[in-house]
Order: sequence, then structure tokens, then C-alpha cells
Amino acid sequence: MPSTEPSTPPINLAGYKIKRIRAAFPILERDVHGRPLVYLDNAASTQKPRVVIKTLKRYYEHYNSNVHRGVHHLSQEATVAYENARGRVRAALGAKEDCEIILTRGTTEAINLVAQSYGRANLGPGDEVLISVLEHHSNIVPWQIVCEQTGATLRAVPIDDRGTLVMDKLDALLTERTKIVALGHVSNALGTVNPIKEIAAKVHAMGAVLVVDGAQGVPHGPVDVVELDADFYAFSGHKVYGPTGIGALYGRKELLDAMPPWQGGGDMILSVSIDKTVYNELPFKFEAGTPNIAGAIGLAAALDYVDNIGLEKIAAYEAQLLDYGTRALESVKGIRLIGTAPEKAGVLSFVMDGIHPHDIGTILDQEGIAIRTGHHCAQPVMEHFGIPATARASLGVYNTTGDIDALVRGLEKVREVFA
Amino acid sequence: MSDLRELYQSVILDHNKRPRNFGVLQGATHEAHGHNPLCGDKIHLQIELDADGKIAEVAFSGEGCAISKASASVMTETLKGLPRDAAERLFDQFHDLVTGKGGNPDELGKLAVFEGVKEFPIRVKCATLAWHTLRAALENTSTPASTE
Repeated sequence: MPSTEPSTPPINLAGYKIKRIRAAFPILERDVHGRPLVYLDNAASTQKPRVVIKTLKRYYEHYNSNVHRGVHHLSQEATVAYENARGRVRAALGAKEDCEIILTRGTTEAINLVAQSYGRANLGPGDEVLISVLEHHSNIVPWQIVCEQTGATLRAVPIDDRGTLVMDKLDALLTERTKIVALGHVSNALGTVNPIKEIAAKVHAMGAVLVVDGAQGVPHGPVDVVELDADFYAFSGHKVYGPTGIGALYGRKELLDAMPPWQGGGDMILSVSIDKTVYNELPFKFEAGTPNIAGAIGLAAALDYVDNIGLEKIAAYEAQLLDYGTRALESVKGIRLIGTAPEKAGVLSFVMDGIHPHDIGTILDQEGIAIRTGHHCAQPVMEHFGIPATARASLGVYNTTGDIDALVRGLEKVREVFA
Repeated sequence: MSDLRELYQSVILDHNKRPRNFGVLQGATHEAHGHNPLCGDKIHLQIELDADGKIAEVAFSGEGCAISKASASVMTETLKGLPRDAAERLFDQFHDLVTGKGGNPDELGKLAVFEGVKEFPIRVKCATLAWHTLRAALENTSTPASTE
């Protein structure tokens, strides 16, 4: 069954080979409830290109082995591939050294690592952690926990009706008491792109560190952590066409060096005796136990894949598609877009007059269309807008204007059912 | 597609648009709050039990999806005049119905319109929220009811 073709190509980026891209993702060939799959839930998770699937298969078929300490051939192959994957992540983030890349289970684990390791060691009563109302729960709860443990206070920058950070409130909340500022690069609920570089300068001027939740940043364009001047930057593999269960934390070397270990166990040590244990150097100090070896290698293949398309091209294509989608949704009666920041990436969140997002989602699902409904792990955002939930369509490299058209037709059907 | 018609059939759409017994009950003897954390459905259920332990009056308020609202509405219609143990029995019947385990159509009466929910397992909690809240109300527990 052929996947959805663009109806007319009102967006045309020379060199963006959409047909070839769609052909690379086997799952796009399937039907759902007898209709071609229209996958618009990329902010939740992305589909995988054949090359990533093959890479995982090849790892398990040819050179699967535990890493770092084996002297046999398979172990050496696996170790080289795993460490090459680390290097690939370093290159994707623009970091200076491999030892600044800690491979984790994902963004959530990475943020917890920073909160528990850097946070516990550097926070006390009277100190403050500054987040925002926009944050995903994974960039709220770890800070709540560490504030409770250390006696520090949590503060949050408010947002305006467009879903943008209120910058003068940020300035007011950023004081000498602030030790850590933790913000998303791109909001998963609203698509707002935060001015990270501008904020980093302010954070550093106050002597604090900046932790960036990059889960929705990495998939939508080039990221350069040095350019952004982030102290920590976390992302997840499964959001950028890689496997689940793998992600990475970038941390400035001086910071990571000074941080106490987080999880204890094998690999993060140099020597262990009952009386005394010497911890390993970076990055291994923060990688206890057998890592997700296959996941890391698969992630490297995914990063290669998007790099081959070109992150700038992806950003430009998705921007045009977002614009097309915004105008299309605005033309549907009774639809209100939530999140209208001047700079957005990848997300179309909306509500429909008198129709709950859950019902929208169920009816769209019957049409083969996958969107997400609910609070998107961003309850403070929902509370700000006074709504229980939104319906969210989110874009990936393989989406087309045809997908948006199908979404609009699906929404007309929703109106019909509830007329 | 017929599954969708089953789920969003006219009775359910009607009860969503014009929920019965929607509002605040003066003189409630029992009440409870319910919450579906998965999708944010919220319900406040109030009951007035008379001297014989029968449900004399019942009302609900809150916000949520069409299934949860319609379910609460039809439930309140069905409950009026019932003794509380009959209400408890209906909970089990309704739960069986929406999870595809059966349910007795004679006992269920109008509630049988929710049979379509069994084809949409993700929506079961929407349909049962009002009933979990009912149970909490009858026990008059102060902890909010949840579908978890």
C-alpha cells in the first residue's frame, strides 16, 4: 500500500528527497484500520529508517559482545563500535571531547544524573533552581526531588499566551541565589523554541549553570553545545530516528570532573576493595553497568542518517511544513492553536470547540492518523492555558503536506461525528 | 468504521451534549471526586441517600471527554431510585460490559449502549471513571477516586 503522497507540492526544497526518505522507513508502508498510516506523533517517538534497523540486526548477528574489558575479538569489535558511537554523538552535538559525552538511557535519566550528581553536591538551603512553566515533567520532577533533598528552592519562569518565556520575569528570577537553570531547547507541548544562547549568557553572568533538555531540539535542526554555551545538554535517541533506551548527556569537562559519581557498579571504577574504591575517569565514571551497546550503535546510525539528509535541510523542510500545517489548521472551523510563539519547531498543538482531545484522537485513529492527546507530560503548560489537554500533531523528516491534508480531512470527520 | 459508530452512537453523543443531572446537588449525603490521570477527565459526584438507603438524588459536574461525560450522565439516570447494593452490582456488570467480559443486558438497560467501548481498550477508563467515583462516594472516602 503506497504511503500518502503530497497532493500538490506547495513546499519544495531543492534537494529534499521526500519520496526517498519515506521509502527508507518500512513502517510507513503499513495500514491502520484499513487506511494508510499517517504518523504525526513524532514528538512522542520517531520511526526508524531501514539502516538503523539493519545496524541493530547486524550487531546482534555478527559482533554482539560486552564492551571494554574483553580480550577476545568480538569484544574488541563491539567496544570500537560503541566508542565510535560516542564519538558520533560528540560530533552531532559539536562538543569538544568524547569524554564529555555520557551515554544514558535517555533525556530523563540524563537530567536525573545532573540533578543528583551536580545538584546534590552544589545545592543547599538558600540556593535556587530555576526552571520554567513550559518544561516537560522530566525537567521538573528531578529538580523538585533534589530541592527537597538539599533544602534548595525551586522557581519557575512563567509563559505568556503565545507560550513564550516571559524574559523580564526570567531576568527577575535569575539572582545570585540561582545555582542551576534548567530549560528545554524546544517545548514538546507547544513547539516553542527557547533562545538558549541568549539565556546562557545571562545564566553565566549570574554564576549559575545551564542545563538544557534537548529532547526536541536535536531532531529538528543542527545543535552546537559550544555555540549555545550550554553547561549540560541532554537528548534521547528514539526521538531522532534511533532506538529506544539510549540517549546522551553532554557536560562541560570541568563540571563532570568535579561531580561525584551517580550510579555505582561495574565499569565506573578503576579498582574495588571492600575498604576503598577508586572511580574511573570520564566518561566511564558515569556509565555504571553494561550499557545499551546495541542502542548506542543504532543511535550512531540514526545520527548518520539525519546528517546525510542534512540537519539544515530538515529544519527548513519542517519549517515550511509547520507553516503549511498552521495555516491548514487555522482554516478548520472551531480549531484553536495552542502555542503560537514566533519561533516554533515541529509541533501543532490545538483544541477544538466542545470536543475533547481524547475523542479527537480516537476518531483520527480510525482514519489511520496517529496524533497524541493529553497533557504531554507538561501539566503546568495545560494549567496555564486553563485546559485539561490538547491534541498534538508533531512532525518528522518523512511527513508531507499530504499528511496535513489527511489530518484536516480527519478533523472535518470529527466535526461531523459531534455535529 | 462501524466500531466508531458503535462507540460514538447517538445516545452517547446526546448525553455528552446535554448531560443529565449535571450540576450541584443541595443536600448531598455522599460525594466524591474522581480523576483519570491518563487524559485529565475530572468528575465530582454527589449522591443523596434516603432513609431506606436508596439513591434519591444524584448529580455530577466536571470536565472530560465525551465517553466519560456520557457515561456519568447515563449512570446518574440509571441510579435514581436504586438501593445502594443494586448500584454496586451494576458497577460489576458495567465493567464486564466495557471490558468485553459480558454483562447482563437486562440488568444494564440503557447502560448497554456503552458496549462499543470494549473495542477501544484505551477508552475503558474514560467509561468507568464515573463508576469508580460512585464507589468512592458510597464509601464516603475523602481520597479522590482514580481509575488507576
